[in-house]
Amino acid sequence: MTLSSSQFMSMPLKGNLEEYFNIFIFMAVAFGISLFLVLLSFWRGPKRPDAEKLSAYECGFEAFSDARLKFDVRFYLVAILFIIFDLEIAFLFPWAVSLKSIGLFGFFSMLLFLGTLGIGFVYEWRKGALEWE
Amino acid sequence: MVNVEDLLFLIGYTLLIIIPLLLAVAYLTYVERKVIAAMQRRVGPNVVGWFGLLQPFADGLKLLHKETIIPTQANPFLFIVAPLLTFGLSLSAWAVIPFGPGMVISNINVGILYLFAISSLGVYGIIMAGWASNSKYSFLGALRSAAQMVSYEVSIGLVIVTILLSAGSLNLSEIVEAQQNIWFIIPHLPMAVIFSISALAETNRAPFDLPEAEAELVSGYNVEYSSMTFALFFLGEYANMILMSAIGSILFLGGWLPPLQIPPFTWVPGIVWFSLKMSFLLFVFLWVRATFPRYRYDQLMRLGWKVFLPFSLLWVILTAGVIVIL
Repeated sequence: MTLSSSQFMSMPLKGNLEEYFNIFIFMAVAFGISLFLVLLSFWRGPKRPDAEKLSAYECGFEAFSDARLKFDVRFYLVAILFIIFDLEIAFLFPWAVSLKSIGLFGFFSMLLFLGTLGIGFVYEWRKGALEWE
Repeated sequence: MVNVEDLLFLIGYTLLIIIPLLLAVAYLTYVERKVIAAMQRRVGPNVVGWFGLLQPFADGLKLLHKETIIPTQANPFLFIVAPLLTFGLSLSAWAVIPFGPGMVISNINVGILYLFAISSLGVYGIIMAGWASNSKYSFLGALRSAAQMVSYEVSIGLVIVTILLSAGSLNLSEIVEAQQNIWFIIPHLPMAVIFSISALAETNRAPFDLPEAEAELVSGYNVEYSSMTFALFFLGEYANMILMSAIGSILFLGGWLPPLQIPPFTWVPGIVWFSLKMSFLLFVFLWVRATFPRYRYDQLMRLGWKVFLPFSLLWVILTAGVIVIL
């Protein structure tokens, strides 16, 4: 069962532009306050830099190398897994809101989708992509 | 379009939320020190002002009068933008939080999506800070922090989906109204537990404070920061704690609704109930910090991916099944 266009049109449209304008103003004030605080500390604080003070912190000696190091590939894996699952959740949002009107057909279609994803999840689990020693 | 008078009113309302919020953040740092002191049978701050009540302002003024250090190796633009982004985002989320019936700046119909988006953007502040500092400790701290935050965001997302299934709306006020008969914590108790643990991990709080693990990473992504740039990270973390408590009370504890819909409870205004629920959840944050030792990183990732993710997926399917059949 799908939503007919007349049903769709009769849904109340609450999120209009003015509500988003309020958010815009709110964000402007929030970022304005943060910027004000930082500028205030630039104005009030002392400015007496020296080479030691401005070097990166490293247990009392000068840094051996640049900090842009190679790092563990597992951080990439976590990021990729996150994208997959976050996308899946983004698909679940509209489904969850309209489940009452799409009924059993909607439920089983999503079950198929989640099942496909579940196979991938089991595969990466068995491959050891989720292991951290 | 809007005229100047409306705009001024709007800025006034915005400040009406942001200024009490900043005070709440300042006093949360004070309450944290007092509560943990009491749990360890110490006194806590008691010198500045009556019962040490002026301590947060003394700390703030001290930080304001320190030198803002920008390391020579750092990328200066990103280095300054990172704390601004972290703090600005932690305040911006409050635009959609309903404090009572109709007491909200922006009643958008996708309120929960907005909150989810803003809390996801929080990772950028940390990654930028860690990369721009060009220090090994901040880089490692930022990597850990980002991996931890994205891992637990997945389970928070699934928790939100179960609530949406029960409430049938993305609007925060309608989610609260849907709890007239029963708070969602009762049918969704396991999800409430998952949400509270994920909230701890998402805000990098103890026992999941690995990014700042003092003993190994000195302070994580904010080692190189000083003065107000450091203070903004610090305040952002506390503002995020308050935000998580607000989201928790809206999703599970019925927001501004009284515990029972009978006279002695309904006389109290909704905003009081909302504040009480948030204060309780904040107390739990502090209580947990005073009680549990820090997790190991592999345990943390295992909990997120191998326990919370499969369990909350199954719970989503179970809830959907129950709703379809009924």
